[in-house]
Amino acid sequence: MQRGQGFRGFLNYIRRNPAFGGGLVLLLLLLLFSTVTTIFIPREGAYPLAVMPRQAPSAEYPFGTDSVGRDLLPTLIYGTQMTLSIGMIAGVIGLGVGTVLGFMTGYFGGLFDTIVKFLVDVLMTIPSFLLLIIIASSVPNPEEMGVVRMGLILSIVAWVQPTRAIRAQVMSMRERAFVMMAKLSGMSGMEIIIKELMPNLMPYLAISLAGAVNGGVLGSLGLQTLGIGNLREPSLGMTIYWLRYYNAFLQGYWWWIVEPVTVIAAIFIAFLLLSIGLDEFANPRTRRTV
Amino acid sequence: MRIPPSYILKRIGFLVAVLFTAATINFLIPKLAPRDPVQELINQKIAGGSLTSEGAAEFRDSLRTLYGLDKPLWQQYLTYIGNTMRFDLGYSIVNYPQRVSTIIGQTVFWTLGFVFTSTILAFLIGTVVGALVGWSKTSKWFSWLMPPLAMFSAIPGFILALVFIYYLAFKAQLFPLRGGYSVTIDKNWSDPQFLLSVLHHAALPGLSMLLVSVGGWSLGMRSMMVTVEGQDYITFAEAKGLKGSRIFFRYALRNTLLPQVTSLAMQLGLIVSGATLVESIFNYPGIGNRLGGAIRALDYPVIYGIVFFLVVGIALSTLIVDLIYPFLDPRISYSGG
Repeated sequence: MQRGQGFRGFLNYIRRNPAFGGGLVLLLLLLLFSTVTTIFIPREGAYPLAVMPRQAPSAEYPFGTDSVGRDLLPTLIYGTQMTLSIGMIAGVIGLGVGTVLGFMTGYFGGLFDTIVKFLVDVLMTIPSFLLLIIIASSVPNPEEMGVVRMGLILSIVAWVQPTRAIRAQVMSMRERAFVMMAKLSGMSGMEIIIKELMPNLMPYLAISLAGAVNGGVLGSLGLQTLGIGNLREPSLGMTIYWLRYYNAFLQGYWWWIVEPVTVIAAIFIAFLLLSIGLDEFANPRTRRTV
Repeated sequence: MRIPPSYILKRIGFLVAVLFTAATINFLIPKLAPRDPVQELINQKIAGGSLTSEGAAEFRDSLRTLYGLDKPLWQQYLTYIGNTMRFDLGYSIVNYPQRVSTIIGQTVFWTLGFVFTSTILAFLIGTVVGALVGWSKTSKWFSWLMPPLAMFSAIPGFILALVFIYYLAFKAQLFPLRGGYSVTIDKNWSDPQFLLSVLHHAALPGLSMLLVSVGGWSLGMRSMMVTVEGQDYITFAEAKGLKGSRIFFRYALRNTLLPQVTSLAMQLGLIVSGATLVESIFNYPGIGNRLGGAIRALDYPVIYGIVFFLVVGIALSTLIVDLIYPFLDPRISYSGG
């Protein structure tokens, strides 16, 4: 992978793959923004009637306040935390299920593979966002929907893409010489999957994880923007829902619009850079100087 | 080129399976969820004062009979599938005597108009830009286009829309803030002034959709172009002394366009989902905004009906691309399905 070892080698690698480094730094900044700051800034400010409404950014409220009296600084801090957590839950479950199904179907084939492949094909045709709308709008007690429940709902569709991608990779690798060698030396199917295929597909699993978390964040933002979920909690999607509901545009509250948009854009750009960087790591052959 | 009937049958069978799954999900999810739309509607009416608690029981029974909720589950399922396949999507709960199919009919053309136009424009612009960036004999300046385009493709359209509305519509007042046409003009499709106002209102939603997808098309096209440029037949064409423009259009572009068409079919779901949110942000009178309204009002038949309609649209479009594709690419074999 690279010359040099440890942190030094890692830095050297980043220099050759700036997209990966940029994505990592951006994601790290977002994580710091949504975790470390919570030591100093209490969550109470992120709920209605906490502060004076309709204040432009000032020394007292560096991010300004919205029209129901939420302080936007804690709103964005805890919103980023919630939205990233939702994405993470959906992404990890999606990748977990996708890895198991992808390896099982791709390596063993058979009837199970036929069924899963058919299901994946059908679910790829039905847009996952529409499926999420149906599921999430039917869930009882939306006012109690927390981060975990939202993440679980999103994970219902999050496994489809990883399953497809990993299955295709496993199928292309199944016939390679090193797998044949392992088979001849008497390894069982499970052993080959864990000891031979898994390590070779690590970069693809990382790409799939980035994609699944990204999909989870996107899905949760979309659902919340439509007003599905917990309307009281200050997640990023709900911030969008409320600024639209209270017509922040017509009042000229630019801070209420620009700030969440910037944070959301930063999240997606971080995932874009990470996946470009991981892709370059996984397929060194696509390296080019265009 | 003749497509074998087995290929067509396979694709149509798949379409039926998709529709059947979508209808079944529509039926099952609300049954699994312990949420009673009829009771919620009644609670709303009582809270609103238009219904007394004495009248509620009677109203409840009549609604349950109307929606067939008093019959056994399997019978409800068969009726539901039968109705759905005949495109009888039932009635709206909130705007009661209105049929869901009427609501779809009123809104779908608004969505088709701006989504179709922006998708085709994005496809053309993105493909041309991607081809020019990927082709090594064009100006290096083109490659400067890629980072911003890639960035826009990562940010969802409805998020971009918020910025557009604030800066272009509210601040600069170049475009209207919301809606599909100016309310001060009579709704008359033969009036050029009305048409102009429709175009004016569709501009920003269209731009939000367009910017997001241009990046995707150009990225895909660029990498296809780079791959094709390394092929032997390009080298051969150069060795024959063909003009650069001829190699670019006839040899490279033609071969790279086909995968783009396939991904167009694969992107339809994303495009429709994106349009739903963009319409909601702009209060555009299309089907996506209607879906958003139904979600806020808990109008379940409308939610399920619109979602089913959209799935049918996407599945049909996919089928059409699948059937056209063998004509576009003579190299493809049909047996794979």
